[in-house]
Amino acid sequence: MISDIKILYHQGKQYIKDLQNAEVPGIFRGRPVISLAPVDTNKLVELCPSHAISSEPVSIDLGKCLFCGECARVFPEKIIFTKDYKISANSRDDLIINEGVDTPIRLNPNLIRKEISKIFGSSLKLRQVSAGGDNSCEWELGATNNVNFDMERYGIEFVASPRHADAIVITGPITKNMAEPLQACYNAIPDPKIIILVGTDAISGGMFVDSPAIDRAFLDKYNIDLYIPGNPSHPLTIINGLLDLTSKKKQIKKNENF
Amino acid sequence: MNHIKIKNNEAIKLAEIPVINYSEFLNFNTALLSKEENHCVQYFGFRKNNLLRLICCMADDNQGIINISSSEISIDNNESYPSFSNIHLAFHCFEREIHENFGLNYTDHPWLKPLRFSFDRFNKNSTITNYPFRQIESEELHEVGVGPIHAGIIEPGHFRFICSGEQILHLEIQLGYQHRGIEKLMISKKKLIERNMLAESIAGDTVIGHSIAYANLWESLCDFKPSEDIQFARTIALEWERIANHTGDLSALCNDIAYQLGGSVFGRLRTPIINTFQMWCGNRLGKSAISPGVNNIPFTNTTAATFSKVMYAFQLDFMEMYDKMSSLPSILARLEKTGIVSKEQSTEIGMVGMSARASNNSRDIRKSHPHDLYHLFNHKPIIKRHGDVYSRTQIRKEEILQSLDYIRNFMDEIPSATEKNMDLNPPAPNMFSLSLVEGWRGEICHCAITDEKGELMLYKIKDPSLHNWLALTLAVRNNEISDFPVCNKSFNLSYCGHDL
Ligand code: SF4
Repeated sequence: MISDIKILYHQGKQYIKDLQNAEVPGIFRGRPVISLAPVDTNKLVELCPSHAISSEPVSIDLGKCLFCGECARVFPEKIIFTKDYKISANSRDDLIINEGVDTPIRLNPNLIRKEISKIFGSSLKLRQVSAGGDNSCEWELGATNNVNFDMERYGIEFVASPRHADAIVITGPITKNMAEPLQACYNAIPDPKIIILVGTDAISGGMFVDSPAIDRAFLDKYNIDLYIPGNPSHPLTIINGLLDLTSKKKQIKKNENF
Repeated sequence: MNHIKIKNNEAIKLAEIPVINYSEFLNFNTALLSKEENHCVQYFGFRKNNLLRLICCMADDNQGIINISSSEISIDNNESYPSFSNIHLAFHCFEREIHENFGLNYTDHPWLKPLRFSFDRFNKNSTITNYPFRQIESEELHEVGVGPIHAGIIEPGHFRFICSGEQILHLEIQLGYQHRGIEKLMISKKKLIERNMLAESIAGDTVIGHSIAYANLWESLCDFKPSEDIQFARTIALEWERIANHTGDLSALCNDIAYQLGGSVFGRLRTPIINTFQMWCGNRLGKSAISPGVNNIPFTNTTAATFSKVMYAFQLDFMEMYDKMSSLPSILARLEKTGIVSKEQSTEIGMVGMSARASNNSRDIRKSHPHDLYHLFNHKPIIKRHGDVYSRTQIRKEEILQSLDYIRNFMDEIPSATEKNMDLNPPAPNMFSLSLVEGWRGEICHCAITDEKGELMLYKIKDPSLHNWLALTLAVRNNEISDFPVCNKSFNLSYCGHDL
């Protein structure tokens, strides 16, 4: 017993107090800012592995971006990745960042269905389905539950059965072999229900978009409530996206480092 | 000669691989496997006009070489061939893949079941919904089906148990749900960076392992010798990935036996490790760290100082927690003698990596076929004797400590970064190459063949999970079904790495 307490004591305070303002350590590739500097746009568009960059105007689609950093390495005067991890959106178009624009990405309040904040404002249960996910977004979703991020403090947690869930959280590009189980899981969630896509693979198919082993028809049928980009998505991106969706603004303590 | 010997990451002309008739091919490779030092690292087929070309790669751990042999057979008239697997079960996964992809029939394969339902499989009537499970007709036994979607946040796979009361008699695992067609995409995507991104997503928990295998393989095809700083960064990253995953697994093991303190402490101890990855390369799981021909993540004295600090704090808390956990009889009661895989079984089914070493089977590419800077280490694989969940727990702790030591020693002499990166030449035409890496789960193998224009014609990927899933089914036999989760976690195998 005493040694248990000693262990606890030695851990110190591990939880991040303010998940909405914590800083990510080291290098982080979050929301990009594209300058108006003239560059060889053809070369820029060409170098991106996942066709996330377009020209006229130069833009990056965070739903397709793998956050590999190649564009910023080759064209540092044109593209920088900021440490802003709040990059979730509830409209697919809002994930497209144009040159010359440096404004935060926020959820469009008009697109949030009324029942979401009304019913799920203080408790949200999630059912995760990996449909060809590579286990990186899955790891980060798991990390939202650990003692550092502790998302459960907001009443948001993952549950074992779709019948206990309010939302389905999909990772992976959706393989043909998972299409049917995914649909069955979605059907088993009681109404009203939310669909959340986590990671580039889920949002756009990523590198797998033209693979014959993929079947994304499920996504054409439904309205997507939240897109959480990343490769994998950072736990802070995930948590802030979910908090914005359910309009949970908890007490904010400024300037807390993590 | 009926075969050619190569070293790890040695590219040869495809034409140098002798083509022998099938019965000689079978005899040669099955005879090799009768010796304990040999094991099959890759065996695959590809269409060549109206024939099927088979290439078998047998690693010799004593001599540090890989024996490559091949055969060409006709399969279009429904011919059947004797199987390797009937002599050595360790070949079963490779032959199942060849059967699934090309329709090659075997006269005597003991377990010719679908492997992963790849999109380009030969028999399209074989679908993931009609997998031929072994069934038992009995009034006293019952079946339990789990998945493909599991209770936690994990990847999908279907498990079918046959139980007598609480006791598991038989488990069959059906995989393939995660199949994304990566091997084919590696060929159709032509840009280096596209292939790099694909290699990183083979298994998102083994980003470093798979991207090193890809980078080393590619460099061997281009006849590029990576500079010391590139190899240094790769070696450290690989050991760091091992520490991160082993720590995360210890947390998961504790959670599965409802030991909350261990679950939380090991879980939070993983955080500084992956955050250090973040500081070093900009991604918690090491994505975009490794690329062929360049060093994206120079390891500087400042990096070394960060690593030292993190390692020091980590080790103190880690050891305190581990010592506590292993002193509790209620923990040991759940882990000891649970989920045993004997040494004989592990050899028979061709287990690799950490799980094989926990069953007293010394398979470790870092020692037998060293790549990058491992030849400098005189690496001694850690071996456990009992093959139970506890052995697989202990080995994680010891490998973590070993990796910490390696990194510390290594950091004494940090090679300076090369001034200018040399350009990679295009790969040479008509080549064959093979790359082995000891990832945290075990042996990763990537193989490539180029065509007459030097374009990739074939890319084969093997995650250690391909061998080890069968070990889980053997481990749980005669255990209580309530011990399944902890057995499963003690292997922590990859679904997407298997299904590709
Ligand atoms: S960081 Fe994103 S936009 Fe830039 S090259 Fe990589 S994938 Fe493309």
